[in-house]
Formats: sequence, C-alpha cells, structure tokens
Amino acid sequence: MSRKDYRRKLDLKSGRIELAHGAGGRAMVQLITDLFHEPLDNEWLRQGNDQAAFDVTGGRMVMTTDAYVISPLFFPGGDIGSLAIHGTINDIAMAGARPLYLSASFILEEGFPLIELKRIADSMGAAARTAGVAVIAGDTKVVERGKADGVFISTTGIGVVPTGVDLSVEKVLPGDRIIVSGFLGDHGVAVMSKRHDLSFETAILSDSAPLHDLVATMVEASGRELRAMRDPTRGGLAATLNEWAHQAGVGLRIREEAIPIRPGVAAACELLGLDPLYVANEGKLTAVVAPAAAERLLTAMRAHPLGRDAAIIGEVVADEHRFVQMTTEFGGDRIVDWLAGEQLPRIC
Amino acid sequence: MEFCGGHTHAISRYGLEDLLPPGVRLIHGPGCPVCVLPIGRIDTAIRLAERPNVTLCSYGDLMRVPASKGASLLRAKAAGCDIRMVYSSLDAVRIARAEPQRQVVFFAIGFETTTPPTALAIRLAAQERLENFSVFCNHVLTPSAIQNILESPELRDLGRIRIDGFIGPAHVSAVIGSNPYTFFAEEFAKPVVIAGFEPLDVMQAVLMLVRQVNEGRNEVENQYGRAVRSAGNERAKADVAAVFELRKSFEWRGLGVVPYSALRIKRQYGAFDAERRFGLEYVPARDNPGCQCGAVLRGLKQPTDCKLFGTVCTPENPMGSCMVSAEGACAAHWTYKRFRDGARTGT
Repeated sequence: MSRKDYRRKLDLKSGRIELAHGAGGRAMVQLITDLFHEPLDNEWLRQGNDQAAFDVTGGRMVMTTDAYVISPLFFPGGDIGSLAIHGTINDIAMAGARPLYLSASFILEEGFPLIELKRIADSMGAAARTAGVAVIAGDTKVVERGKADGVFISTTGIGVVPTGVDLSVEKVLPGDRIIVSGFLGDHGVAVMSKRHDLSFETAILSDSAPLHDLVATMVEASGRELRAMRDPTRGGLAATLNEWAHQAGVGLRIREEAIPIRPGVAAACELLGLDPLYVANEGKLTAVVAPAAAERLLTAMRAHPLGRDAAIIGEVVADEHRFVQMTTEFGGDRIVDWLAGEQLPRIC
Repeated sequence: MEFCGGHTHAISRYGLEDLLPPGVRLIHGPGCPVCVLPIGRIDTAIRLAERPNVTLCSYGDLMRVPASKGASLLRAKAAGCDIRMVYSSLDAVRIARAEPQRQVVFFAIGFETTTPPTALAIRLAAQERLENFSVFCNHVLTPSAIQNILESPELRDLGRIRIDGFIGPAHVSAVIGSNPYTFFAEEFAKPVVIAGFEPLDVMQAVLMLVRQVNEGRNEVENQYGRAVRSAGNERAKADVAAVFELRKSFEWRGLGVVPYSALRIKRQYGAFDAERRFGLEYVPARDNPGCQCGAVLRGLKQPTDCKLFGTVCTPENPMGSCMVSAEGACAAHWTYKRFRDGARTGT
C-alpha cells in the first residue's frame, strides 16, 4: 500500500525565504510551483522545461533586458513586479515593436517575507496578462541576508517590429516636432514620497504602465513620419532630449509652458530641490515626428487613454553645439543640461 | 550683486537676465554654503568618517564636493566609510538614538538658515543625554561675508568693479531680519533689497534697486515682507545664541580667512562638539592655482574669464568652489547659460 504523497504547503502567511529555496531541492521546486506558476501561468511554464520553445514569425525582432532594484518595493501606483513587466515592454515598444515574450529572473534575499513575494508575483502576473504578454521563462536565486535588498528582478523581452516601421534617432531632422505623451515626473515623486528617510504625503501615483498599445496607435497614425521614440525613465525628459541631440547631431528647443507637469509634482520637486525634467517616468514616452504629421499624431495620441494629456513641447533645430534649450515660463532662455550626478534614490 | 546662491539659481534657471534692460548686470555673490566651505574642512570630515566607529551624517549637497587628492564624501562612502545622507539635523539625532554603539557626527554647514536646526539638534541631544552624538560645526555668517566683499581693495579703493546695490538674502533674512543690513546701506552707501527666491521676487527686487539708484537713495528695503520682519525670528536667534559663539576667524573658499565670520559650539555644549571630542586639527588645503573663484565671487571676473572654466572644471569634475553646487556662479553659467558663449561651448 503506498502512502498518499503528503506535502506541507508553503506558509504564505508568515513564511520567509530561506537559503533552501535557492538550493535546487524540493523547497525550490515548491516555491516556484506554488508561488510563481499560478499568477504567471501559461503553456510554456506548464511544460516545466529549462527553456521555452516558440515559433518565430519572421521580420525584424527586437530584444531588451533590464534589472529592477527599486526601493521601496511597493509604492503608490505600482510595485517592483508590475514595474519589471512594464519597463521591459516599454523598451521593446520604443522601437515601434509589439512585445511577444518575457523572461524573469529573481534574486531573493534570505528572510524576505513570502507574503510580499506573493504580492509581487501576483502583480507581475496581472501586469503581464493585462498587457497580453507571456512570461515564458524564469529563474530564482537566493542570497544570504544582507547581500541584497529584499528582491531584485531582471526581465528580458523580445518583440517583433511591424513591416515598414524603422524608428531611429539618425532620422531626426531640424524642423521635426517633439511630443510627450502626458504628465512628467509622477513616478519619481511617488516613489520618493514613500522612502523612509523622506516621508511626505502626496496623492501622486506612479505612472507605471505598458505603452505598446499607445505605440501601435501612433505607428498607425503617423507611419514613416514618426522618426524616433524613447521612454524618459532614469534622468527624465532632460536625459532623453540630450541623448537625441547628441546622437542626431542637432539642437532641440522646448517651451517650458508646454510641458505637462502636475502642480503636485512641481511642488514636491520644489521641496526636494529637484527639477521635474530630471525625474523618472515609467509610463510616458517622448517622440520626434515630421512637422506635417505632428498634429495628426497628437490627435491620435489624445484619443488613447495613455496619451490623453499628450502635448507638442518643442522642435528640432540645427545646432552644431547640440544644445537642448528651453524658453522658460518667464520668457528667458536656458540650457536643459545632462544630469550632473544628482543624489537620486533607486527609483527603477 | 545677489548674495544668495538661491537667487543665482533662480536667475539662471528662469533665464531672468534675458528680461532685464541692457544697463542692469547681475553679479553672483558668495552665498552658496557648499561653495564657500574650504577643502580642508571636507578633508577633516573624511578623516573623521574613516574612523571605524564613526557614522557621518551630511546634507546631500556636500556628497560630491571634491576634497584633496580626488576624494569626496561619496567616494569615501564607496570605499567603506559609514556616511549617510540626511535631510535634517534631527535625522542625525534619530540615528544616534537608534544606534547607540555608533559615534554619530552631524556635518553641519550653511548660513543663518541652517544654524537654528543644528542648535535644536544639539539641545535635543543634551536633553536626552545622548553620549554618541556630536556636531562638526561649519556654520558661517552672511553679514561678515558681505562686509569682506565691500571692504576688498578692488571694490573700495581701486574702483575696478562697481556694485550699485545688493539683492539681500531671502531665507537668511527670515532668521536674522532686515536690521543687520542697515550698517552696509549706510557705511558703504549701497542700497539693499531683501528678496524672495521666486523669479518674480527677483525681478521686483531689481526694479526696487534701480529706483533707489535713480533716486540716489541707499536704504534697506524688504521685498520679501511675507517672510522677513525687521527683527527676524527671535526664537531662532535665541536658540542659536544659546548654543553657538563667534569664531575668531574662519577660512572661506574663494574669500580666504575672514575674521569673526563663523560660529563654533559654546563650551557649555562642548560635549557635542566633534572638534573637541575627536581633537580635530584643521589643515588648510590649496585650491587649484589657476582657479579664479575668489575674483568671480567678488564680481571682478566672469566665469568665462577663467581658464579652467568648461575645460578641466565642469560640474562633473569641479576644480573650484563656484562649480561645486548648482547655486555656484560657474555651475549656474555652465548648466544654464553656456549657449551664449559662442565658440568655447561644446557639449
């Protein structure tokens, strides 16, 4: 008579990550099946192989990878799990591509509460499902207490670029218009408001969101006249604009009054001594478009829920010095420079 | 001349100089607390942080400031020193309370605006009899710096520069009031207008100064009436007076040694004075000999007159004090205005 296979359930209420969860034995298998498989479930994970096999459609593929080390792990409007999905989807989408598959790799610190890990895995699953993208491969490692900060996640993604779409900074020309998809600085301010050494009250939520659907709308509306796209994450809009100016060998001129910034974000930045143009976003993009298609693109973006507050903020000019210049709200001119090593906390 | 770095920053950030008539030129003064802290004091702080039982707490602005031999607080932290960035002096007290096994030192810098919070932290630590908290005091005084500039021979005897009036400090004046400036207005026959840090405050102050000059008046006027009273903040001044006393002399980066221009902790609170507790010796360190910060701070030279500006001296790798913080005259020019300079403005 064979005894029924008994397995103690994972203690999700008060259990913590132990070194055994990364040792390759039964505890690790249990952690993966009980905690990760359900929220992320799909046909590839169900096969339980060391790799996932899938068919390729042909055409141009894109691939990207990103690590997430944000502190705190949970912040107003999101958490490290949803961020790890959105961030990688967005890097794919900025090529005009449709994201297909992701992989996720977790570095877990010994002692990390399982209940929080479950929350993160559930949030990842929900974010992936909503975005229509499957996480088809994964890995977990456990390091001793003090050797990591709770959870680090690394995600890799691949996507396919629709025929005829070829976005590149080299295509940026003087006269092109610069568009942003909405309010800037929300993510950075939301995260900073929850840091234990700062703690201030704000109603600002992170803008963390997958942008591939908005991108598809934009590609459809402007086709070849869409020159380049980027998501202004670390370093904010200022970093993205300076990268463009530098790589395309042009100058950029923007108008401060045209840049969408919520009053709450402006006030929080004032308090912390930050400039919202340098604060990170996780659900915004900025695009360069030929002048003739600018209004058409703006109308299409505003019809999409993630582009409702889109605005044309300036244009590309010829400038051998590659300056990003801004006309301030008061009518004076100044440079919007690269960030010079500010003391920013871990925000992504 | 606007004395405060806060004004310099507002002027550059909002491009206010574009809005002024041709006859008005703004000279950026020495009022940036990070910029005027001499290298030797940062060296001392790093030496302190290198002691195994010391936790050094610093305002974020100081972390990148270059010390001798390419060192900085940030690099010392990377090398293993326990250096923590705090937003308030009281955070340092909190750390001392939570970690009684550590010697927690607060690296106190700044003008009259940041002095009262340091005084509060010391009094709180005294009340709680915290034995592991102390302050490395580097607080400096605004009026002494203004007087030093006004008394410099270039200004007074040689007439090489003309300062027609001062935009007076905003937050500093909220503490010390407008009375301390009366002496300058009378003795040196220069009008002073105390102004807030908002761009419109600065514009209005310039207008008020121009009117005084045109009418031949040399008065102290207060544009920042919503925050500054003539006597200042009595409570803050009393707290400061209870804890601090004048230092005979203090070295300023860019201005040199200025008599009676800084504060030190009174003997009564000596237990909380890191200089006494750790027997710290001050060793002056030389700035780069090509650096023109002293002349820039007095309005004798513009940032672009300096050979180091924009070549070896940039915000990423500052050589002189004015390039150190976003409020410094050189950093503000480099960050916001270098598109005006023509040829030498590559990225």
